[in-house]
Amino acid sequence: MAEINKNEQPILSVRGLKKVFGSNVVLKDISTDIYKGEKVVVVGASGSGKSTFLRCLNCLEDPDGGQIIFDEVDIADRKVNINVHRQNMGMVFQQFNLFNNKTVLKNIMLAPYIIYKKRKKKAYKAEVKADEKALKEAILAGDREKASQITERIEKRPKFNYKAECRQRALELLRRIGLEDKAKVYPSTLSGGQKQRVAIVRALAMNPKVMLFDEPTSALDPEMVGEVLNLIKEVADEGMTMVIVTHEMGFAREVGTRVIFMDEGVIAEEGTPAEIFDNPQNPRTKQFLNAVL
Amino acid sequence: MIKLLVSLVNLIDSYLGIKALILNVVTEIDSFFGWRVLKSIYRATIEQDRWSLYLQGIVNTLLIAVVAAFIGVFVGVLLSMIVFLNKKTGKLKPLAWIANTYITIIRGTPVVLQLMILYFVVFASWDNGILIGAITFGINSSAYVAEIIRAGFESVDDGQREAGRSLGLNTWQTMFHIIIPQALKNSLPPLFNEFITLVKETAIVGYVGIMDLGKIPGLIQSRTFEYLPPLIIAAILYLVVVMILTLILRVIEKKFAKSDRNGGKK
Ligand SMILES: Nc1ncnc2c1ncn2[C@@H]1O[C@H](COP(=O)(O)OP(=O)(O)O)[C@@H](O)[C@H]1O
Ligand SMILES: [Mg+2]
Repeated sequence: MAEINKNEQPILSVRGLKKVFGSNVVLKDISTDIYKGEKVVVVGASGSGKSTFLRCLNCLEDPDGGQIIFDEVDIADRKVNINVHRQNMGMVFQQFNLFNNKTVLKNIMLAPYIIYKKRKKKAYKAEVKADEKALKEAILAGDREKASQITERIEKRPKFNYKAECRQRALELLRRIGLEDKAKVYPSTLSGGQKQRVAIVRALAMNPKVMLFDEPTSALDPEMVGEVLNLIKEVADEGMTMVIVTHEMGFAREVGTRVIFMDEGVIAEEGTPAEIFDNPQNPRTKQFLNAVL
Repeated sequence: MIKLLVSLVNLIDSYLGIKALILNVVTEIDSFFGWRVLKSIYRATIEQDRWSLYLQGIVNTLLIAVVAAFIGVFVGVLLSMIVFLNKKTGKLKPLAWIANTYITIIRGTPVVLQLMILYFVVFASWDNGILIGAITFGINSSAYVAEIIRAGFESVDDGQREAGRSLGLNTWQTMFHIIIPQALKNSLPPLFNEFITLVKETAIVGYVGIMDLGKIPGLIQSRTFEYLPPLIIAAILYLVVVMILTLILRVIEKKFAKSDRNGGKK
């Protein structure tokens, strides 16, 4: 596994995060730094604010105070264009949330296609224009060799088809999880485990820098938990930075590089899996672990 | 179009003499039984090519209903989207207020009054009654469509929106690609009902003299002085049109329902 370098800038820096629902203060002054390659596992009792914390990280819930620094920008600031930053943060939900009206393949390729197609088209056109200009110059300069080189390049350039590119990538991702044959079906025909694996590669299709998981296996039948955890582990081993809310303590210990224990809207304790699971300091942590282990 | 059809039919009839034959047969049967029924029907349909009036009526009724449905769906989707987005984000308050007020007013007043206001005041200078009728019913229908689609929006799980937004799609992209298609699909059955209602309700346009199917019996009555036959015939025609439309819409509905079972492919 890649080393985690804490001398670098953290990928995600949470400073004094606060969130209230009405009069219910759900997150009270949460601060933590998440570094490249870290797998931060968030555990805690139901209602302690784990989901809210995760959803604040990509501003699905607007924070009511504090900062979330991502890519050197405070995305908690409502003036920033959050969409651009969300494109670099994948999220996987407990309820999968695959798009019901799209086939499995379309689920995966939809976001990259819609979001990047204009940019890609522009870049393509710029390339074409640059070549045309260079060709003109070469001809004017009487440089035959260069002119024929450029002509060849122009002739060999494939037609602009970003959609095909996206489809290709989506198929690759499906192949990776062994579900190519499901490309054309709608999500309603998949099993829970298949849905969640598709949801994970759908997030991967955007090439995010961070992945957020909110209890990714809690809605699954027990026999399907394994396949999903295995995929998450694979992605983790490739070096993805992750924040994972889970009740799977075995998985947390195996994959996590750091465990955060949340209690009543604060980080009550954090440390390596060994520290938290084998030698918890906070009585609330002990109580929680006794209840779940 | 219909005039052409009438001349064509008359041309053919001038060779075959079917009209005269029918009149003879009808008169014979009636006098045999001591009736006047068949003759009345004859006068309400065949005499002076009155059948073409019903045909024109059906065409006008459908024209008004279809144009109104398009206006209604377009405006209705817009209205419901404003209301829905405001509910989710709280960012469109003034627009949502306007939309809600519009819906309340339109639903809370009789369509006859709306028709008269548009026909005699707003569009008084226009002479295309069918278009005015279509606009009136489009506006009227939009308020009902808005309610239908709002319910459709609410039936789409919020996780769908969150998944879209979490991938970096903006509000509009999420609405357009994910929420609206699902909301529309969920609203399809009540939308089709609304359209069927529209076909029948547009009969009110006769009130300001627009020649839809509902107005035709009155026209014929003023010539034949027989009341029942044209009314029954128009009623039957409405029924047939509605039944055919119901059948077509049901097929479309089934197609849509299938699309998320097995991809409709295999
Ligand atoms: N959208 C919401 N509106 C109001 N209260 C909420 C909302 N989401 C969460 N809460 C409240 O915030 C608290 C923390 O919830 P949550 O973050 O889901 O906890 P966890 O994921 O740890 O179970 C709970 O008391 C919950 O009722
Ligand atoms: Mg939760």
